[in-house]
Amino acid sequence: MSGPGRIMKKEIKELLTPATIVPIIIMAVLFASLGGAFNGVREQLENKPEFGLAVDDAGTFGILARESFNSTSNIIYNATSLQDGLQALQDGKCGQALVYIPGNYTANLMNNKTGWVDVYWMKKGTGLTASVQTALVQASITSMGKAVSTYMIVYGVTTNSSLILSPIQTYSTTYLNDKVMPGITPDQVDTVFTSSSLIVPLIVMLVVIMAGSMVINSMGSEKENKTLETLLTMPVKRTWIVFGKLAGATVVGLIVAGIYMIGMGYYLSSLMAGSTIDLAKYGLTLGMGDYVVIGVSLFLALLCGLALCMILGIFTKNFKAAQTMVLPVTMLAIIPMLISMFSDFNSLPLFLQIAVFAIPFSHPMFAFNNIMMGNYMIVFAGIAYMAVFALAAMFIAVYLFRKDILLTGRVRSAERKKGFSLINLPGWKK
Amino acid sequence: MFAVEVKGLVKDYGQFHAVKGISFDVKEGEVFGLIGPNGAGKTTTLRVLSTLLEISGGKVSIFGLDLKEQAGEVRKVISYLPEDAGAYRNMTGREYLDFMAGFFAPEKDPKKLLERGLEIVRLGERIDDKIETYSKGMARRLLVGRALMVEPKLAILDEITSGLDVVNAQAIRKVVRDRTKEGTTVLLSSHNMLEVELMCDRIALINDGVIVESGTPKELKERYKATNIEEVFVEVVK
Ligand SMILES: Nc1ncnc2c1ncn2[C@@H]1O[C@H](COP(=O)(O)OP(=O)(O)O)[C@@H](O)[C@H]1O
Ligand SMILES: [Mg+2]
Repeated sequence: MSGPGRIMKKEIKELLTPATIVPIIIMAVLFASLGGAFNGVREQLENKPEFGLAVDDAGTFGILARESFNSTSNIIYNATSLQDGLQALQDGKCGQALVYIPGNYTANLMNNKTGWVDVYWMKKGTGLTASVQTALVQASITSMGKAVSTYMIVYGVTTNSSLILSPIQTYSTTYLNDKVMPGITPDQVDTVFTSSSLIVPLIVMLVVIMAGSMVINSMGSEKENKTLETLLTMPVKRTWIVFGKLAGATVVGLIVAGIYMIGMGYYLSSLMAGSTIDLAKYGLTLGMGDYVVIGVSLFLALLCGLALCMILGIFTKNFKAAQTMVLPVTMLAIIPMLISMFSDFNSLPLFLQIAVFAIPFSHPMFAFNNIMMGNYMIVFAGIAYMAVFALAAMFIAVYLFRKDILLTGRVRSAERKKGFSLINLPGWKK
Repeated sequence: MFAVEVKGLVKDYGQFHAVKGISFDVKEGEVFGLIGPNGAGKTTTLRVLSTLLEISGGKVSIFGLDLKEQAGEVRKVISYLPEDAGAYRNMTGREYLDFMAGFFAPEKDPKKLLERGLEIVRLGERIDDKIETYSKGMARRLLVGRALMVEPKLAILDEITSGLDVVNAQAIRKVVRDRTKEGTTVLLSSHNMLEVELMCDRIALINDGVIVESGTPKELKERYKATNIEEVFVEVVK
């Protein structure tokens, strides 16, 4: 074989190892399943939207509205008073939204005034699925408006062209948990949510990858320089060596997280300065306790990542091998970050929920949204899970630190059979 | 009491028997050499004795301490210098010695250890340079200094001069001999059969995981009517 060919073959052989391929395959499978989740969203788009309708107006346009909605949408609850409608919305009988046609609706339209339609949104999730639902309901209302325009032209209700072009307007009120936000659409809430809930996942991902590779690289270079052997013969408990290494990386990780947080917090606040709504006005902010919870979650995620990297580091032979060992951890950190960009935990299909829950780093990534949505259970379950995960990983690391594998790496028995013999000579000849 | 007592030591790597039941002992205060070709099992033996690898079979005691049961205690009396060892490259020589000395507090005064270390190393002003700028000989001096500054009861030195030029090798040998006169027992390994004649009170020849001969260099040469240990080795494994 020619020179370049030989070199190429060697390079390919070195690069295509299970350590590099397996994470990529896992990544591909996860993306494929994420695609499945998006397909589900598309199917929703093709279905009629479901919502509740309360028509308090017995006039022509009230009847027209009811007919229009019945043809374009699936009206799952019908009422004639706002009170009944809102009760049904609270009880979950209206799905995501209640459209209310007030009593003066026909009268307004007949008198050359805009017909106001009130929409009450019950916000249950953030992310793609939720915003698709919102858009569908809004589309139904738009097409109802067109029906009004047509009617006005056919029956010559008015000559006011601007009214004919947009005869109706909507006023939204959004309910989130027990909070009421008049004049706010769910989309606006989503915008604020996604931008603020983006920082934490990004920081978690960056910090886990950085601090994690630090631990693995440190193990790799300690093995390569044999400084690990020297360290292990010092009169120190192995447990303390493991904890010392972890603690060092944790401190660095937290410092880096702090720096990122300050930087990105500043970036975000300047971004938010132009934002139209201030969620804090509606009590939608995190309290001191919530920040502590997110902090604890982040700390534990970092610890899980580092302990995991320590275990991987134990199997690393040298600095070069350490580079590939970082890959699985990088993947584990990137996957939940990407998912958190598209969706919130509650809107994920069950198997993805399980996968996301199992990856310890995902918990702080979803913590912001979960706390905002009042899903404290998942947040605390995640913290408990991470605590157990970190402890177990540290326990395994300490255990492996006492084993030959720390210095010898994996021993492939098949390769080593050549020296097989049963002689057990006491070689001390006097 | 022997400094080191090894009885029927076996060490396997998975299915592979690297050390096949060797026995030897090292008397207090002597320099004992484990001599053999590459792959004979010297490093494996020394790593086991340094508490780095688990024993697969047999029994080892170091100054009366059982290696398996009292590994923590053993670490307090030994000092191990790995083959081809390096140091933390971004530290200076002084920082490195200081870092290592700290592990022996409070039993030993780290300041005194550092002082002794600097004396052994004798790197002059270069001691405050980063280790990554050191030559191979300087780095080895530093590591030997690290190993001997604690005045261990037993120094386990693996191939201390391998890869060094004649001048540096000789300097290292001298440091080891000089610094171990007062009460330090030395167990060293080498594949350089001429070197051990210069350094060791007693030696054991190891080949393919088995000790094939042992005694003082003089005894062995007489027994095989050889002029040096290399000839003895060739004769023994024939
Ligand atoms: N980590 C390991 N895994 C498997 N076999 C090993 C390992 N380390 C050493 N060996 C084998 O054990 C034998 C003895 O090696 P070693 O003790 O390093 O010899 P020496 O130090 O005398 O040159 C060799 O055949 C070597 O290939
Ligand atoms: Mg060796």
